[in-house]
Amino acid sequence: MSLEVDVEHTRGTFHLAARFTAQPGVTALFGRSGAGKSSLVDIVAGLVRPQRGRIVIDGQTLLDTERRLFVPRHRRRVGYVFQDSRLFPHLSVRQNLVYGRWFSRGAGGVAGDFGSIVELLGIGALIERRPDSLSGGEKQRVAIGRALLAHPKMLLMDEPLASLDEQRRAEILPYIERLRDIGVPILYVSHSVAEVARLATTVVILNAGTVTAVGPVLDILPLADANDGGSVLDAVVAGHDETFQLTRLTSPAGELQVPRLNAAAGSTVRAYIRSRDVMLSLQRPQEISALNVLSGKVAQISETGAQADVRLDCNGATLVARLTTKSVQRLALAPGRPVFAVIKSVSFERS
Amino acid sequence: MTAEEWTAVRLSLLVAVTAMAASLPPGIAIAWLLARGRFWGKSLVDTIVHLPLIMPPVVTGYLLLILFGKRGPIGEFLAQFGIVFAFRWTGAALACAVMGFPLMVRAIRLSIEAVDTRLESAAGTLGANPLWVFATITLPLCLPGVIAGAILSFAKSMGEFGATITFVSNIPGETQTLPSAIYTFTQVPGGDAGALRLTLVSVAISMLALLGSELLARRIGARRVAT
Repeated sequence: MSLEVDVEHTRGTFHLAARFTAQPGVTALFGRSGAGKSSLVDIVAGLVRPQRGRIVIDGQTLLDTERRLFVPRHRRRVGYVFQDSRLFPHLSVRQNLVYGRWFSRGAGGVAGDFGSIVELLGIGALIERRPDSLSGGEKQRVAIGRALLAHPKMLLMDEPLASLDEQRRAEILPYIERLRDIGVPILYVSHSVAEVARLATTVVILNAGTVTAVGPVLDILPLADANDGGSVLDAVVAGHDETFQLTRLTSPAGELQVPRLNAAAGSTVRAYIRSRDVMLSLQRPQEISALNVLSGKVAQISETGAQADVRLDCNGATLVARLTTKSVQRLALAPGRPVFAVIKSVSFERS
Repeated sequence: MTAEEWTAVRLSLLVAVTAMAASLPPGIAIAWLLARGRFWGKSLVDTIVHLPLIMPPVVTGYLLLILFGKRGPIGEFLAQFGIVFAFRWTGAALACAVMGFPLMVRAIRLSIEAVDTRLESAAGTLGANPLWVFATITLPLCLPGVIAGAILSFAKSMGEFGATITFVSNIPGETQTLPSAIYTFTQVPGGDAGALRLTLVSVAISMLALLGSELLARRIGARRVAT
């Protein structure tokens, strides 16, 4: 699956000019609210017709304003999961799920029969219920199932977790991960660094209607948001410490200990470390409460006002620490200087 | 009741049901256009639809006579295919349908406007073309409004007098509906008893129609919130 997008659209005073190519896997559209993420997804789905542009999915052109080509929404075969699940209130959960299947008979796209998708999403017990009797998390899972059963070529997910509380998010994220792992191409809109870090393969950063960066998640996410910066470490579960309810992870940067994860030994997880949760020390700290200390070298220092983001090279992996410029001066930090990074053990994104 | 009175009741029901059924498809179509369409001349269409509500019924009846009468441009054209309205019960149904049309369109339009367009676009992304979206999402969701519109049209038809009598006159057994029959009774000495009987029948039918629509709306409502 590949997705090529190059569109321009003006509505009122807002101007959207986005151009990117997405690789297979999960492509995250990341940006603040009002950056144009939802408009862009609406354009890909065919709900909005842009003034100029071209959209190609898997070699099939859905939109080309120069050739006056506009494939209407019902022939685009993209599964759209909306922020507000938009289940049909007059139909049962089962009727909602099979609604799109009806129109996609004989068409290819994402495979999956009713039974296996219902099982994948854990909605078997809800089948005969009415949408208004479901919780927010249940509604979203049904909405995902409904989109999948229409045999789409790709899934568009517009902040599918935004209206849910933390617990419900944790309930749905694993299902989206499973979709990714069985090879469903997904365009995922989010303004949450944690979600993007956990799900995405490619990240597209959208800022005030323009794409400011595109690339693999490990390279792009540290640049993502100045207020909530962080770094991503891919790690492997080495084992669990049942006495203290901890999980040991091995990553290129070194070993980490995090609160017990529900993942088997040998599986890969992605840890997200917020820049403000990283402290630096010139000597290896002794007798300190934090469990995780990684060694590395200063790679780059970017100062903005009283704050400085110090980018470390920890054995090839990137880690960013947010310090005050005063600390940078006091420690005489400069590129090439070896340092120890102290990480508060709670600051890992659970996977 | 006399045989003549029964004829008037039967004819009235036939005219009202025909008027309601015949105006339902165009009523839904026009209501959808006014609710969802964006086209040049929309307010003109809106005005024309509402005209029978504003104009005196006699004027509407007279316009129908000019257009659909034996010498009228439309009447003459349709007569070639054997469709005649003038001084037939079908003419009474046409007059009633025209008089009830604004009420029907208004009720349906409001209920279509209340249907969430985001549900319609969701159905579109699932592969339903606009016609299917309308049939499977919009129509079921605005059904209470459609029923209300149909009942209003029926009720208006049962009571329509001015346009009917102007267009197709007052012919017993052909165009003499309940209101015309009551009017006729009040014009002859000793007709009070007949007028009263027909009035009671008229009241009964109106109440039954209202009750029926109430029950139907409640059943649809119950189905929607059932868990």
